[in-house]
Amino acid sequence: MANVKLINVSKRWAEVVGVKHLDLEIEDGEFLALLGPSGCGKSTALRIIAGLEEPSEGEVYIGDEMVNGLSPKDRDVAMVFQSYAIYPHMTVRGNMAFPLKLRKFDREEIDKRVEEAAEMLGITDLLDRKPKELSGGQRQRVALGRAIVRKPVLFLMDEPLSNLDAMLRTRMRAELKKLHELLGKTTIYVTHDQVEAMTMADRIVLLKGGEVQQIGMPMELYEHPGNIFVAGFIGSPSMNFLQGELRLDDGVLKFDTESFSWEPSGIGERKMKKLKEWADKKVTLGIRPENLTINREKRSNAIETEIYLVEPLGSELIVTLSVGGGRVIVRASPDLRVKEGQKAFVIVNPEEAHFFEGGGEAIL
Amino acid sequence: MDIEKDKKNGYEKRSKILGWMQKIDPWSVGFYAFIALVLIICIFPFMWTFLVSLTPYSELVEFHWLPSWATSEWYKLVLFDNPFLLYIGNSFLVAFTTTLFCIFLGSLASYALSRLKFKGKAAVLIVVLLIVMFPQITIVGPLADILTGLNLINTYLALILPYTMLCLPLTIWILTTFFNSIPKDLENAARVDGCTRMGALTKIIFPLAAPGIVTTGILVFIFAWNEFMFANTFITEPELYTITVGIANFGGRYTTAWGELAGAAIIVTVPLIILVLIFQRKIVQGLTAGGVKG
Repeated sequence: MANVKLINVSKRWAEVVGVKHLDLEIEDGEFLALLGPSGCGKSTALRIIAGLEEPSEGEVYIGDEMVNGLSPKDRDVAMVFQSYAIYPHMTVRGNMAFPLKLRKFDREEIDKRVEEAAEMLGITDLLDRKPKELSGGQRQRVALGRAIVRKPVLFLMDEPLSNLDAMLRTRMRAELKKLHELLGKTTIYVTHDQVEAMTMADRIVLLKGGEVQQIGMPMELYEHPGNIFVAGFIGSPSMNFLQGELRLDDGVLKFDTESFSWEPSGIGERKMKKLKEWADKKVTLGIRPENLTINREKRSNAIETEIYLVEPLGSELIVTLSVGGGRVIVRASPDLRVKEGQKAFVIVNPEEAHFFEGGGEAIL
Repeated sequence: MDIEKDKKNGYEKRSKILGWMQKIDPWSVGFYAFIALVLIICIFPFMWTFLVSLTPYSELVEFHWLPSWATSEWYKLVLFDNPFLLYIGNSFLVAFTTTLFCIFLGSLASYALSRLKFKGKAAVLIVVLLIVMFPQITIVGPLADILTGLNLINTYLALILPYTMLCLPLTIWILTTFFNSIPKDLENAARVDGCTRMGALTKIIFPLAAPGIVTTGILVFIFAWNEFMFANTFITEPELYTITVGIANFGGRYTTAWGELAGAAIIVTVPLIILVLIFQRKIVQGLTAGGVKG
């Protein structure tokens, strides 16, 4: 059993706040991502769970045991660091055996576990090398190996892939996910990369400024962002945001900006009713690049724009449009023939439109 | 075939020399000339002493670049007609103990300064540095009073304690920089892996800081080995003389024993040179640490 529970956990230093009133429950075997920009408190939260940092207030439970005040070595957790943190003066074997030696395992068992883990990670050939002879990806594997041999109740990973190049990161991402499925151990994974969080995690906790913005399954956060920060953070390219005002015009609701007016029709009774409550108020319309369609000809309820930049990615086209003074990014099919400077008419998929009130909270 | 080969080899050799000559540029010539000059200036006193130590008595008082014949007279005198080995033993004991004290206290202090967050950390480092800013001569008097009060005059501790005090700032500064260059994550990893803070220190940090520790250790050792003023002031019993005081007392009241002095100076320097040569690689690592992350 290794569920993890954080109850009202805060961490403050003299002037800086690391984490504010964090409540979190992580189930046994779950892969949870702590996601957020740098300085959001995700690493602090992880370090509190590891015991490297004592919370200023609140309680931390691992399993059924309250671990406040318990030193890291007594918590039965393993941690993987962004900098790999493998010991430069020991061989790969020495690194992997280190936690077992400290726990007074006998030689045979140590050898067995190290070989097993090395095989699982494909680093058997490297066992007798020193860390400086290894590439970044290999070092990362050694760090993982050192965590695995322990068979801890809980894995903590602090941006383990951030120092790898893009190709390797994608590959290791898949391997880590497989590894988690294989071991079935509770894993808490800190990252600033929403793609990592989306692809690997069972649930994501999105943090900003030490506070939880939203907790949910990846698709929940993607489809129903609770506020403008979540909406902008999840997804790439980011969601487009347009400032405007909702207006009722003869019973027809319109989203007005300085340069265009758009009718959010076809979003269903219930949503429409709720939106109407915000008539005559400033709101932000959020729409993802994939929910916009570019047309060369004028259509009804289309927004008139000008093509600003076209970036072909092979499988798709990223088109940046000028709307009024702002820019909107559209993900388009690669067969779309458009040139910079042309006029374009954009259709918004109303069902995928998000509205946020002035404070940034989602309206629908 | 062979002739062809020879021809080819000859041609290659010639072109190599030509290439070499083309590569010589006035800047690098000047550069090496300058280095040579600096080296000569540095080494000259030592070489001169070495030559004097081999010069027979009859030629000592006149100027000679080189003695007409070499004598081992002075070395014999130093080693067998003086309690030289006793002095060396004293010096070694004092220098070695000082080094141990400095490394032990210094590394703990530096570790704290490098890793713990507390108010006035920078101030502590500055104050520590202040200690070495006083000219040694200004603290001889007060120190003598303190040592007398503690009944330590004419004991090894009368030297070990002041030396430790004087060397600790250097130790702390070098080691703090050194510890700063060791990533904190290594320690965190060790603690999660099952070490106590102290365990992480001895199993991970100290081994990694070895170059820094060796470097400072040697610097401290050299300082203690070479120190004269305190040794000459706090120790009056000839049995406790360190080598520097011992050498100074060579010869009589009216003569300066140049030959013995030179011989002794050479003998005393040799252990230091050997020490530095043994640990050369570590020292270079130690002095350049922090520049590149390992």
